[in-house]
Amino acid sequence: MSERSWSGYLRDDGRKGIRNLILVLYTVECASFVAHAVAEGESDVHVVGFPGCYDNAYAIRLMLALATHPNVGACLAIGLGCEYTQPARLAEVAAKSGRPSDSFFIQEHGGTRSGIAKGKEALKLLRAQMDAKTVRAPMSWADLIVGAECGGSDGTSGLAGNPVVGRFYDLLIDRGGSAVFEEIVEMIGLREVLHSRAATPEVARQLDHAYEKAERYCKAVRQYSVSPGNFAGGLTTIEEKSMGAFAKSGSRPIQGVIEVSQQVPHPGLWLLDSVPDDHFMQFGYTNPNDTEGIMDLISVGAQIVMFVTGRGSVIGSPVAPLIKVTGNSRTFERMNEDMDFNAGTILSGERTLDEAAMDLMQLAGDVASGELSKPEGLGHREYFVMYKHQDTPQLEAGCRA
Amino acid sequence: MKRCFQVNAEDNVATMLEDAGPGDVRILGAGEDATVALLEPISLGHKSSTRFVSKGDLIVKYGVPIGVATTDIPVGAWVHLHNCASRVDERSNHLDVVTGVAKDTAYV
Repeated sequence: MSERSWSGYLRDDGRKGIRNLILVLYTVECASFVAHAVAEGESDVHVVGFPGCYDNAYAIRLMLALATHPNVGACLAIGLGCEYTQPARLAEVAAKSGRPSDSFFIQEHGGTRSGIAKGKEALKLLRAQMDAKTVRAPMSWADLIVGAECGGSDGTSGLAGNPVVGRFYDLLIDRGGSAVFEEIVEMIGLREVLHSRAATPEVARQLDHAYEKAERYCKAVRQYSVSPGNFAGGLTTIEEKSMGAFAKSGSRPIQGVIEVSQQVPHPGLWLLDSVPDDHFMQFGYTNPNDTEGIMDLISVGAQIVMFVTGRGSVIGSPVAPLIKVTGNSRTFERMNEDMDFNAGTILSGERTLDEAAMDLMQLAGDVASGELSKPEGLGHREYFVMYKHQDTPQLEAGCRA
Repeated sequence: MKRCFQVNAEDNVATMLEDAGPGDVRILGAGEDATVALLEPISLGHKSSTRFVSKGDLIVKYGVPIGVATTDIPVGAWVHLHNCASRVDERSNHLDVVTGVAKDTAYV
């Protein structure tokens, strides 16, 4: 297991991916129908877009991070023509990273049908360029960045689902790999526990800062990150959910706090902070749904994301395959077509936590080697890009009065 | 015998590994093979008290406080929204105790 290697895709920027995808980006909701129609029927083409007409630095960084993601080999950006976000600028950055890229405005090519035809034509060219320059390269655990998210948590998530991902994270990190976990709003109540995991005093300071921001955020929106399904599944308080969620971080020291779209600086365990900056927290939510959190994890370079769901979920993700883990054997049986891994066998005594973590690592290796995860095979590619601020510009910027 | 799981020796609750109760269930994990007699049916993923908890005392799971008892809780009782409150989150005490559905949202 420790020696496992597989053949990946080496990009000009030196990053290695486990898939060779073309990403279609759209820059306003008005272009989304055409963008999806362009990608229709093309299994290696994924779509992500931003709905807003007014641009947003956070959303632009996120789209650029996806356009230059290791699993992406080419990029096509499609706009309507009157929005703020410029598709040509997105394509330019992707091209600079060595990925064949193109862009166009639908208004300049007629309408729906002609826009789709233009996009299909562009795709054909991009695929040919991408294929011509595709370089295969060996990959191992040290080349892998894995993200972890949980959603639809129940009483089993903190006992089995999240701990098995945490133990897998320990194995991955010990083999030189990188692991990212997020949902700091689900660490409320755990300040001291979090502090004790800091790799250095500087990291402890970063963790304090992120924790305090998350606390202020929850108070400002008057909502903690806990949902009706969580309570129905046996979780009684946010503190209880927090401890269960934190188990997916495993036991290795935290190397630092990174923000959305910031690339993982070096191997090890990282906490991703997706909470909006204070001044603008009225204008953005941290984790409005599971898909948004998964997008954040992919934006920092995760080639695979683990999704722990006690109650079950039917989402997937574009760009990086989602592996669905449940700690609830009943959920695994009921939603078998969607669930990749049953950690409920730890609770039934059929295998130990260590055995289950090795099995999960085997599955991660299989997916890295090209095997489709369940959501990937079903064609799930949900995405969610929203207005958010993590750049704290001056409050008056852009307004005279 | 049906089973529940106690994560930390200091915990005063254990999580059901299957639907159980009323009656005896075995406590796995930090429970050192003890049993607890459930006073009522408790679903998979939900918690039973394993010790008597006085009103105002902390509910402890994973070795950390996860809330405060809002009534005296006898051994073997279902511990949930009706007798345990978060120390930070007020809204969760306005949810339906079984379904978790919010009762404070207006649909008008």
